[in-house]
Amino acid sequence: MRLLTVKNLRKTFAQEKEAIHAVNGVSFHVDKGEIYGLIGLSGAGKSTLVRCLNLLERPDSGEIWFDGIDLTKQNEAVVREKRREMGMIFQHFNLFMRKTVEDNVAYPLRIAGRDRSESKKRAHELIDYIGLSKYARAYPAELSGGQKQRVAIARALALNPKLLLSDEATSALDPVNTELVLSMLRQVVKDFGIGIVLITHQMEVAKALCGRVAVMESGLIIEENNVETLFLSPKHAATRRLIRGVEDVFPLKHGETIVKGNIYRLGFRRESVRRPLISHISREYNVDINILAGDINVLQTGDVGYLVVSFEDIGDEEGALKALRENGVELVPLTAEDAVNHL
Amino acid sequence: MTQELIRATIETLEMVTVSSLFSVLLGLPLGVLLVLSRPQGLRPRPALYRALDAIINVFRSLPFLVLMIMVFPLSRLITGRATGTTATIVPLAVAAIPFVARIMEQSLLEVDGGVLEAGLASGAKISQLVWTVLIPEALPALVNGVTITVINIIGNSAMAGAIGGGGLGDLAVRYGLYRREPVMLYTSVAVIIVLVQLVQWLGGYLERRLRRDGKVTASA
Repeated sequence: MRLLTVKNLRKTFAQEKEAIHAVNGVSFHVDKGEIYGLIGLSGAGKSTLVRCLNLLERPDSGEIWFDGIDLTKQNEAVVREKRREMGMIFQHFNLFMRKTVEDNVAYPLRIAGRDRSESKKRAHELIDYIGLSKYARAYPAELSGGQKQRVAIARALALNPKLLLSDEATSALDPVNTELVLSMLRQVVKDFGIGIVLITHQMEVAKALCGRVAVMESGLIIEENNVETLFLSPKHAATRRLIRGVEDVFPLKHGETIVKGNIYRLGFRRESVRRPLISHISREYNVDINILAGDINVLQTGDVGYLVVSFEDIGDEEGALKALRENGVELVPLTAEDAVNHL
Repeated sequence: MTQELIRATIETLEMVTVSSLFSVLLGLPLGVLLVLSRPQGLRPRPALYRALDAIINVFRSLPFLVLMIMVFPLSRLITGRATGTTATIVPLAVAAIPFVARIMEQSLLEVDGGVLEAGLASGAKISQLVWTVLIPEALPALVNGVTITVINIIGNSAMAGAIGGGGLGDLAVRYGLYRREPVMLYTSVAVIIVLVQLVQWLGGYLERRLRRDGKVTASA
C-alpha cells in the first residue's frame, strides 16, 4: 500500500547573495511496512526535504501525496491534522526538558484533545513498549542519549501514525545505542505496520535497516535502488564515497600512481560471494589480478561483497571480464583517480 | 515613628506588587509577540516586529522620573489622582512593561528551536505551542527575569516617593532631606535593602529549583 508519494519537490532559500536550492526537484514514494532511506552527506538537502514532508518547511513547488490528499494544497488546520498521522524523531531528540517522560509521550495526545487519563494510559503502554517503565516519572536530563531517543520514538508513535519521519535519529548516539535504536525502529515497523522515511549520512544505518535507498547530492536524488543493488553496483562517485564509510580503507594514498592497468569495482551477490572466482579466472584467462580493496557487507536482504581490482600484465582481459559478468559479478570501471579519490 | 515606617513599607509593597503584576501581565504577552513575529520567528511579521521593537526602545530610553511626569494624565485617568501610592502604580507599570517585554523576549529565545519543532510536528497550534512548550520550557529564565524586574521596580518606587508617590522613598526624602533626621533615613534605606535581598533570594531559589530539569515537583 502506497503511504507517501512525493513529486518534483522544490525548496529554495534566499541567501544574501545567491539562492540555495536545498531541494531541487525530488520525487519518490514510500510504501506501508517499508523503511525508505534517504542518504547523503551534510548539505545534500535531506533534512530540508524531510522537514518539507510534514510542512515544517513549506516547499516552493511540487506535490506531497499522503492519506489521499496533496499536503502542499491544504490549509494549516488540515496540515496539523495530517501531522498527527506522521510521527517525527530528530537527531537531538528534542524532548521537552521540563516535562517528565510520561508527559513527553502523552504530549501529542493532550494536544489532540484526548483526556488526561486516556493519554496517560496510552503513554504508559508506549513507555512499556520501549522498555523504560521505571523512568516514566523521570525527566529527560536523567536519561542517556539512547534512552532519550527511545522516548522520542514513543512520543512519535503516541497518535498511531501511519508514517514515521526519522531525521538523523542515530547520528548523535554511540554504536551500542545506535544499534539499540535501529533494532527498535525495525521492530516498530513490524509491530505498528507503519512506513519510515529515514534520513541519514551513515551508510551502515541504511545498510542495517532500509529496503530501498535514495542517494542525495545537491538537492537531487542521484541514485535510487534497493540496498543490495546499490552496494553491488554503485553508479555515482557520491554513492561509492558513502559506501566507503563502511568498507575498508582503500590502501592507496592520494597522488600515488602505483596502479597499472584497468581498475574495476567488482560487486558480488550472495551466490558468488563465497566462491574463489578471482583465482579461477586469473588462471583461466592468464591475467594477473591485483586486489586493491575489498569487503563483504551484511545487508537485510543477504550478503554482498565487493573488490576493487586492477588487471595487470594482461592476457585475455576481455574474456576475463565476460566470465566475471556471466558469474553474476557487477562491474563498474574506475579511473585511477576515481579509485584514489572516491574509494 | 515606627508606625510611619510600617505604613511606608506597606505602601512600597503595595506599589511594587501591583505594578509588578501588571507589568508581567502585559509584558509577557508582548515578549511572546516579539519572539513569534521576529523575522526568524514562527509567525514572521517583520513590520509589526520592527514597530514594537522601536516603541520598546523609545520607552526604555526615557528616564523614569521624566516618564512619571509624562504619565501623570494617564494616572489621573485611571486612578483619579496624579500622586499618591495608588496613582504611582501606573507609571511604575508603564516603565516596567517594555523592560519586561525585552527580558521575556530574551528568555523565550533561549528555548531550543528543535524542541518547538517537535511540538509543531506533534500537531500543536502556535497558541498551544506557546502555552505548552515555549513558556514552560523557558520558565527558569522567565522567573529570573521577573526577579530582575521586581528589584528594578523597587528602585523606581523609591524614586517615585520623591515626587509624591509615598512609600519608603518618600519617607527617606522627607526625613533625610527636609528634617535632617538620619536615623529615619538610614532605617528606610535598610528596609529597601532587605526587600531587594529578599526578592533576589526568593527569585534565585525558585529559578534554581526549576533549572534542576529534573526533580521539579511544581511542573504541570
